[in-house]
Amino acid sequence: MKFPSLKRPSLKRLSTSLLVVAAGLTSGQQAVAADEVNIYSNRQPFLIQPILDTFTRKTGIETNVVFAKSGVAERLKTEGANSPADLVLTVDIGRLQELVEADVIQSVNSDILNNNIPQQFRSKDNLWFGLTLRVRNVYASKERTDINGIAYEDLSNPEWKGRICTRSGKHQYNIALIASMIAHHGEAETEKWLKGVKANLAQKPQGNDRAQVKAIKEGICDLAIGNSYYYGVMLTDENQSEWARSANILFPNQSNRGAHVNVSGVALTKAAPNKANAIKLMEFLSEELAQRMYSEQNFEYPVKPGVKASGLVSSWGEFKADTLSLDEIAKHREQAVKLVDKVDFDG
Amino acid sequence: MEAISAPVFDAGRHQQTEPVQWWRWLTFFLAVLVLIPLVSVLYLSFFPDENIWPHLISTVLPRYLLTTAWLMLGVGLLSTFFGLTSAWLVAHYHFPGRRFFSWALLLPFAVPAYVIAYVYTDLLEYSGTFQATLRELFGWSSPRDYWFPEIRSLGGAILMFSLVLYPYIYLTCRAALQEQSESLILASRSLGAGTLKTLFRVILPTVRPALAVGLALTLMETLNDYGTVSYFAVQTLTAGLYDTWLNLSNLGGAAQIAALMVGIALLLLYLERSSRKQVKTYQSGVKVRPLEPTRLTGRHAVMATTFCFLLVFAGFLIPAGLLSYYAVLYFEQSWTSDFVEYALNSLQLSFLAALILIIVGTLLAYSQRIAPSRFNKSMVRMASVGYAMPGAVLAVGVIVPLGTFDNWVDGVAKSWFDTGTGLLLSGTIFAILYAYSARFLTVSLGSAESGLARITPTMDQAARTLGHGPWTSLRRIHLPLLRRSLLAAAIIVFVDCMKELPATLILRPFNFETLATFVYQYASDELLEQSALAALMIVVVGLLPVLLLNKASNNEKSA
Repeated sequence: MKFPSLKRPSLKRLSTSLLVVAAGLTSGQQAVAADEVNIYSNRQPFLIQPILDTFTRKTGIETNVVFAKSGVAERLKTEGANSPADLVLTVDIGRLQELVEADVIQSVNSDILNNNIPQQFRSKDNLWFGLTLRVRNVYASKERTDINGIAYEDLSNPEWKGRICTRSGKHQYNIALIASMIAHHGEAETEKWLKGVKANLAQKPQGNDRAQVKAIKEGICDLAIGNSYYYGVMLTDENQSEWARSANILFPNQSNRGAHVNVSGVALTKAAPNKANAIKLMEFLSEELAQRMYSEQNFEYPVKPGVKASGLVSSWGEFKADTLSLDEIAKHREQAVKLVDKVDFDG
Repeated sequence: MEAISAPVFDAGRHQQTEPVQWWRWLTFFLAVLVLIPLVSVLYLSFFPDENIWPHLISTVLPRYLLTTAWLMLGVGLLSTFFGLTSAWLVAHYHFPGRRFFSWALLLPFAVPAYVIAYVYTDLLEYSGTFQATLRELFGWSSPRDYWFPEIRSLGGAILMFSLVLYPYIYLTCRAALQEQSESLILASRSLGAGTLKTLFRVILPTVRPALAVGLALTLMETLNDYGTVSYFAVQTLTAGLYDTWLNLSNLGGAAQIAALMVGIALLLLYLERSSRKQVKTYQSGVKVRPLEPTRLTGRHAVMATTFCFLLVFAGFLIPAGLLSYYAVLYFEQSWTSDFVEYALNSLQLSFLAALILIIVGTLLAYSQRIAPSRFNKSMVRMASVGYAMPGAVLAVGVIVPLGTFDNWVDGVAKSWFDTGTGLLLSGTIFAILYAYSARFLTVSLGSAESGLARITPTMDQAARTLGHGPWTSLRRIHLPLLRRSLLAAAIIVFVDCMKELPATLILRPFNFETLATFVYQYASDELLEQSALAALMIVVVGLLPVLLLNKASNNEKSA
């Protein structure tokens, strides 16, 4: 029997490959330069990078970012005291609360932060700070509705049967809204309301917030639930502006408690090797310049009172925000998640 | 794969030799390493913040399970139909375009499932080009005027998964079909069996291990997907898993759901195995005559060509075409000079992962052949179901042991030398490669096993008789015979790593972008147009090595 000729893998090739592997492994960097801030971010780089670049230009402090949508709390937890991360940038009260529960962040006592950020939008022990505000709006078809105002409570009204669109009830933005309903009306009342909203849905919950406004344009539904900044994103996108122009943006509950508001926020990690720089960045983000940039570029509302929103955002009008604290909303999130399952909202 | 049960260097009959022991330890060591992330997840499942099951069972769990079952059944059937038929056509017949299709049929593989889902939704939803054209043609004006299948549905998801996952089956089966010797088929024919009978009695049984590997990969990939099903609002178990983890902040509960998914994967593997316990097929490996494809003519040739073309068209040309269109349209918004760096990062990770996995997979499969041990075998089996677990969960399974290890080393260093080491491995690309290894081992292991299973044990015995030890036999007999299977595995691992997202996102170092993570920052917000350019680059960059490897695999045939 003759064996086929053998060319590979020779030991030489194999060892070369192993060297390549070794070289590759050590190339993962863990540089700790003097002037830098390390950030774990739930926010997409393209949203925050321009602001971080401005910070670097002004202070000479470099920023390093890892962007991930999940697992940040777990990573911080196991990295423990050796974690290279200084800050977590994230959206939604749910994610912020997760950091509190994982016990990976520390409180910051800064006059600048305390002055710039109203109590309602930071945790009561200053563990996290809201940086921008986003309203949970109702979008209404210009063609097929003639309302100027609405309350979240109205969404369960039978007059809207088969006319409402929303993304999954499980999405964190909807969970926060439902949690705020529980805080105001109690669980039983909210369950009834949620069932009513489900009965009014035009289609199974799907897509993101913009897809709901698009559905208004297409005539699939007449009302949609969506965050405020998406209106700006759509209006400034060549292909999507017609979706936005088919709908009015309504700020709910203006005649009583005000519209539900959520935040994007920041927190200082317990390990924070570059604590001083990190606090500088936190303060920078709460100051007028960064606040304006958030509003100009991402169409979010500044958290700092007195900072004017961008021209486009301001053009949607003044609104009254619900004063319920985010800490309070966080308390009811779990009930909200279970309620969504119970009424089979997404089913 | 059951060839392992016919040990060649049997410890019972021969004296226990040193190399055999050595191989057992090697297997044990490698299997433990790969198992650690999986075991960490299972460990987490013992510490839920709250027992979620009463709530889940009384509300959404029945639907999650049922939807998952339907999805897997649908994808299993449809992708087998796509993959096996195309592999069979390419391996056994000549038809117009065969040479082209032999590699083009791999193209859909480079398209991530969530990307094809976006693309088809964009085309086929109510406002999509397709329905808009129909409305224009027929004068319809609203959704109430006509019926059109909803793309965001279970059926839509089955089609999307099948279109991009069938190459698993195509690739593994094609390799197996081409390794078949013609003598076997001629023997069957000369014994009076017709084409169909030969197909079912001779060809399919010998392909079965390969089909099983491809199908297992397809189904596990379907099981672990989150992006596509959440976009289509198809509620599978992963929906419940992410909800429990992120909304209820109950990682332990989420790990329990992950354990359930691993259980399903194990059950599938067990069913497949026990159903073919009786079947054991070998071939000499030294081919008397290479397989000579039959020439198809007329209607049959047209059908073969059309079938292959439709797969490539629907699975690749349409998505790549639409992505290209958007890439050009949004070029200024999406182009960045950092793309080269991202592409290099992707290539480096994927190359290293493929290399590591081929080595580990071959060693594990081979050591089970020469030094079988029940314990090692079940460990290896277990390690290979990491693939069924959603990537983000497996990533947590990597974070926990690495972080613990790093902090332990740091503690020891501090107490001995007064200076800490910080985090050695966490947040380096080692962590990513580790996750890839735990996740994709099943690919290389499965291919190596199914390849080895086709090599008759008499080869090993002959080598043994000639005085060669296990290393020499591996090098001189098995590796050359395994080359095509291993190349196929390398292709799959490579492309899978190019597309891998959740684990890469969570584990990566600072400022480290791959093409997939770059796409994700837009794709996560359904910004198809802005992500098109980078998505297209994943497809293109992923394709180059696929084509090279495929060429190598084809050259092998003619050699």
